[in-house]
Amino acid sequence: MFQETQHVKRKKRAERTAQGVFLGMTLCMVLPLIAVVGFLIYKASPVLSIDFIMDAPERGMRAGGIWPAFWGTVCLVFFSVIIAAPVGVLAAVYLHEYAPENWFTRMVNLAVFNLAGVPSIVHALFGLGAFVLFAGLGKSILAASLTLAIMTFPVIIESTKESLAAVPRSFREACWNVGATRWQTIRGVVLPNSTSGILTGIILEVCRAAGETAPIMFTGAVFFKAVQGGDVFAYGPMDQCMALSMHLHTISTQVPGVPEAIPFATAVVLLGTVLVVNATAIVLRVIIRTRKKW
Amino acid sequence: MSEPDPNYSVNVRDFSLWYGDFQALKNVSLNLRDGIITSLIGPSGCGKTTLLRSFNRINERYGNVTTSGEITILEKNILDADVSLPELRKSVGMVFQRPNPLPVSIYENIIFGLRIHSDRKDLRRSEMDEAVETALRQVRLWDDLKDKLKNRATSLQLEQQQKLCIARLLPLKPRIILMDEPCSALDVDGTRAVEELMVSLADDYTILIVTHNMAQARRVSQECIFMLLGEIIEHDRTEQIFLSPRNQKTTEYIEGRYG
Repeated sequence: MFQETQHVKRKKRAERTAQGVFLGMTLCMVLPLIAVVGFLIYKASPVLSIDFIMDAPERGMRAGGIWPAFWGTVCLVFFSVIIAAPVGVLAAVYLHEYAPENWFTRMVNLAVFNLAGVPSIVHALFGLGAFVLFAGLGKSILAASLTLAIMTFPVIIESTKESLAAVPRSFREACWNVGATRWQTIRGVVLPNSTSGILTGIILEVCRAAGETAPIMFTGAVFFKAVQGGDVFAYGPMDQCMALSMHLHTISTQVPGVPEAIPFATAVVLLGTVLVVNATAIVLRVIIRTRKKW
Repeated sequence: MSEPDPNYSVNVRDFSLWYGDFQALKNVSLNLRDGIITSLIGPSGCGKTTLLRSFNRINERYGNVTTSGEITILEKNILDADVSLPELRKSVGMVFQRPNPLPVSIYENIIFGLRIHSDRKDLRRSEMDEAVETALRQVRLWDDLKDKLKNRATSLQLEQQQKLCIARLLPLKPRIILMDEPCSALDVDGTRAVEELMVSLADDYTILIVTHNMAQARRVSQECIFMLLGEIIEHDRTEQIFLSPRNQKTTEYIEGRYG
């Protein structure tokens, strides 16, 4: 009784094979990541240090640190977020909570969806035309941040809409039924319960903005700018700046005789910044989740 | 329009409702007597919930709704253009199938309606404390919860959650309480407790309850409405409906031949 038939054995084999294939695919994803990060850190190790981040480049970027580029990226991302986040979040609230179901809403949603898929170089050209030339901002942090903002905000809208949709309908019903207006419902119940998702979406977008080269190349980033190491007042909104991604491109391809470790270390700093920001997003989400539970 | 009878708190005249092209309610006319429990029975999809939701016009949040006819509540046709929905919903509260406390404290849940309907500066602490105590006493939760008012409402048992959802309506001094299968998520004891609560509230409020459970309709309601395919088939005293229904369709439904 209850012995394995041929049929069961075959099924078991198929089961094992399937599991193996899926595991293999997962490893195919993870191993290159570990390899890339490991390789970068190994190559960067001779120069990687806090001083490398805090110092200005020397001898035509062939020595010294990357402070102007690091701080430039921070400024660009900061300005783009304070522009894109409010616009994106509020637009998403409108689209998800207020907008009537009609052709206009559908069109806007489609536009947002497509805008999220536009290649960054196209955004770059748009930024160049609209902000640098037409609006007369010139090549500046402001123009570059606006370009980054335009690029990121469709994605912020999408992620915010998802977070809003995740708030259970019963909460909204509870509000409507004591006579709350839409705004009272949104402020009292919907937003407090979707903050973690919204913030996570914004922060992930920050990371993407930090790594982009194309949109800032035409609109605000420069090869080199003389800035004191550690100077946090180096850039005003109308200045041009250096940026990590652009700097990496420059010293890898445009400047002869750069010691190998410097571009690698720059890449590690860029990657590290992204990881730190991501980790912040995760920690933030965990903290807010534990406070707001349903 | 006929003069509203003071014995009735809700008068419905020739009320029809469409979701898009689909007519969910067909020329419904009825009177709900003040101060009793009326139950609304019928098979799934017959329009019970739609009718219930028409009384505080919450239907309009669920999609493309058009209506015709009249619903008179407290001597006002609530379908008129000048009716303020927040004010209407203050007077006509609703309880749902699944308890839906907000993810805040018990205290905040109960005064949520007050906060919605008053300016921040007009709400005094003592007033709110009193409202919370009165509401919780009315739903018989005060003794259990008086030391836990700061606790999260979502951590309560389902029965307590449902009572809390009823209590949440009371500070707004509603006239009518609509209940959409309020016991279907509860166990036997919870159901009994909520039913007892409904009976005790019936003196002060007009209660309309949608239920799938015919035994429940029999236990709690004085009047009963049987609906089928968007129409009211029979509306009578509950005993009458269950003991000697006039309509063949009602008989068959009550005997369990369909639905």
